[in-house]
Amino acid sequence: MCTYLTSTEKVAGTGLGAKGWFPIESAVVYFDHPQEAPVEHALCIDFRAGGDDPGQRVAVELDARSARTLAESILATLAHDEVVALGVD
Amino acid sequence: MSSDKIEAGTITLVSGQGDEIEAYHARPVDAESYGSVVVIHHMPGYDSSTKEIARRFAAHGYGAVVPNLFHRYAPGASAGDGAAAARAAGGVPDAQCIEDVSGAVAFLKAQPSANGKVGVIGYCSGGRQTYLSACNLDVDAAVVCYGGGVVATPDQLTPERPVAVIDMTKDLRCPMLGLFGVNDANPSPEHTARMEEELKAHQKTYEFHTYDDAGHAFFWVERPSYNAEASRQGWHEIWEFYGEYLGG
Repeated sequence: MCTYLTSTEKVAGTGLGAKGWFPIESAVVYFDHPQEAPVEHALCIDFRAGGDDPGQRVAVELDARSARTLAESILATLAHDEVVALGVD
Repeated sequence: MSSDKIEAGTITLVSGQGDEIEAYHARPVDAESYGSVVVIHHMPGYDSSTKEIARRFAAHGYGAVVPNLFHRYAPGASAGDGAAAARAAGGVPDAQCIEDVSGAVAFLKAQPSANGKVGVIGYCSGGRQTYLSACNLDVDAAVVCYGGGVVATPDQLTPERPVAVIDMTKDLRCPMLGLFGVNDANPSPEHTARMEEELKAHQKTYEFHTYDDAGHAFFWVERPSYNAEASRQGWHEIWEFYGEYLGG
């Protein structure tokens, strides 16, 4: 693809990096060339901290099928009645 | 026996807009006179694969510089972190890219044994940026390796990249070599046909090669997309092309 087409979402949560847990402020989502995954294109997500350290991120690269399965799994999990938002809109 | 000694390493490059960015410089040590090439890295960043390409040019008798187009977004970071930071910021603006490549051209021309001729080559998004650079800077030869996004629809334009590069073709200032894979989706064979149409319409000097069984990024040795035969033929075309126009 080699495109800059990217979706960036503000999120609230924490991620576990090499130096421990840190707050996550955004999720950058794109389907493009991965850095590492052995596929030509991957669904990539960078969970990013808000500070100046570019290494403060959790990155995942998923093949398209895995990404769809994960997305459906997340939505299915959140569909249960007992899941309640805790103040993050 | 001619010398095959090369020297390579990180330098600080002054961009055309005056600020400093990281870059990688490789050169033949004992050549009395040589042509030079700006190597524009792909979307995954300023990485070891691209630096290896610079050393390959040096081993073939060319000076080469890889400007780190993502430096401003993550100084000193790994290639992956730099690429992620640049993407999160919206990507490299075309105007900034032109200034960085301009700085690299000036640096190469200023080297003691440089013959004054400078080409540009780029891969993936760098292929598009090569097309962009060749339409906006005085360079002597441009090699576009599967540059996606040269042909762009209005909805694909952004404040950072406000003009479709193909619409700059009339300003192309040098011969162009294009290397593509027939199975690539971006640029697709339809995209490259559109590029050829525009280059012909403006009577530009160019040659395109589209390789059977190859897709995007067929030069990238470490990836599944690598295609040995397309890469072999592509490098042959590069040496012929730069040999003619850069005096390498």
